[in-house]
Amino acid sequence: MNAILHDLADPNSILFMIWTTLAKSAGLLGVVLGMVSYTVYAERRVSSLMQDRLGPNRTGFPISLLGFGLKDWSPILGGLGQPIADAVKLLLKEDFTPAYVKKFYYWIAPALGIAAAIISLAVIPFGSKIGTVDMVIANIDIGPLFIFAISSLGVYGIVLAGWSANSKYPFLGAIRSTSQLISYELALGLSVVPLFLIIGKLNLVEIVHYQVQNGWMLLPGLTAGKLPTLSQVLCWIPVLISFLVFTIAMFAETNRLPFDLPEAETELVGGYHTEYSSMKFALFFLGEYTAMITGSSLIITLFLGAWHFPGIPDGSMSGWPGVLWGLVNIGVFFTKVFAFLIFFIFIRWTLPRFRYDQLMKLGWIWLFEIALVNIFLTALIVAFVH
Amino acid sequence: MAYQVPRPKLTFAEKIYLPSVIAGLKITLGHLWRMLRGKTHVCMQYPEEKWDSHLPPHYRGAPTLVSDEFGRTRCVACQLCEFICPPRAIRIKPGEIPAENKFAKVEKFPEEFQIDMIRCIYCGLCEEVCPEQAIFLKKEYAITGTSRAAMMHQKEKLIEMGGIQPGVVNKWNEKK
Repeated sequence: MNAILHDLADPNSILFMIWTTLAKSAGLLGVVLGMVSYTVYAERRVSSLMQDRLGPNRTGFPISLLGFGLKDWSPILGGLGQPIADAVKLLLKEDFTPAYVKKFYYWIAPALGIAAAIISLAVIPFGSKIGTVDMVIANIDIGPLFIFAISSLGVYGIVLAGWSANSKYPFLGAIRSTSQLISYELALGLSVVPLFLIIGKLNLVEIVHYQVQNGWMLLPGLTAGKLPTLSQVLCWIPVLISFLVFTIAMFAETNRLPFDLPEAETELVGGYHTEYSSMKFALFFLGEYTAMITGSSLIITLFLGAWHFPGIPDGSMSGWPGVLWGLVNIGVFFTKVFAFLIFFIFIRWTLPRFRYDQLMKLGWIWLFEIALVNIFLTALIVAFVH
Repeated sequence: MAYQVPRPKLTFAEKIYLPSVIAGLKITLGHLWRMLRGKTHVCMQYPEEKWDSHLPPHYRGAPTLVSDEFGRTRCVACQLCEFICPPRAIRIKPGEIPAENKFAKVEKFPEEFQIDMIRCIYCGLCEEVCPEQAIFLKKEYAITGTSRAAMMHQKEKLIEMGGIQPGVVNKWNEKK
């Protein structure tokens, strides 16, 4: 018994690794899923404020039960209970399976959709360190490649949903989704190659360490506490291009407006999830928003310094300061992610949807070529600087 | 004949689309900012604030049965409203007024009169078709109930909602 307890506290033992990994996974999953529900709430509130409405501002918490003359509907807490009410509603609704669907695929499609989004969270460094523990679930050397590989599997969820539903609108949505995701996958993958050329590493933790030392990729001068070098100034141009292309491609990959052709409510009823109800529909919804969080985490990790903020130390010191700063770093990371999610929401409620041919043209004629040219440009600059 | 749609010549800035993204964001964020500062007042907090006093006189709410100044329900059970009702929400069972009654001249009255408020579409055809001006759409619009039976408005409820509306027609005045 004592040996096991000793093992649990010893940073080099395998038991220590297992329980810290489990704790990290559970914690990250909890935070991300909580964030998903409140992103949905933020989406509804922000969109309504943009359209001169108020949005869900009623569902509060039953704080009147506490006494003190508190009211359930307060202007401050009003609406914050909405995600909980939504979740309860989705869980309790009738789970209707139409008679004409292909049952097996119909059932596994929502799970596939959300699994791909959640698995790719594993390699995101969401914090620095707490004591000796790295705040990343799987510190592997092919981080971005892993994310691209797994997140493109998410298209299976959509395709199977659209095909197994055996009905025309989901099918159209699924077909659009397949072609859209495959087209933008190219631009997405190619647009980050310049970054790897400059940094020379594929491990996301190493990429973040590079940014801690040399300033964020996108804002090198502002965040390193020193003037940027000539090579950084020269490399900033391809990094900016790569950031723009990557962000646009990420919008397309996560099916957000202006690229939401797979669901396109006005054209396709509900798109690929038309025939789904209750918790199966909610899983698609969760998957979509989790993919958004994964996408923004990746953008932030690659371009905006992940958990780093100038002046805030990382949590590698021992004892309580380490834990405290480690938690602050995690907070910084999720604040950045949330800011990016709000940006996603701003864009969604501002731009109209692209036409299908415009979408394909943008992907194949513009983004793909720009990303390709950008790689050669970076290679030239890197060769020139060395 | 084929018609060539004239396409506008786009400038470079319009073609790359990013300036218009920023222009669009300016508009939406402007709305957001005005809303956050409380400069926009368009929403009415419904259950607390209502628009009832602004309802126009011809507002079509729940159909009701009105009574005349003698307290007699104006309805003579002619069943025209039952026949014209597009969703078939009205059911009437006519009864005969006994000879010794003060209103024996009217001959008929509705023994049962029910309107299914789940079916009613508030079209107002019953009000228009009624030769006795006995059925009126009042301004009540929040008709709710916890069961189907509660949504079935019976004669008593309809009369109570209608109230007394004197001087509309005086066809059955004894002196005439």
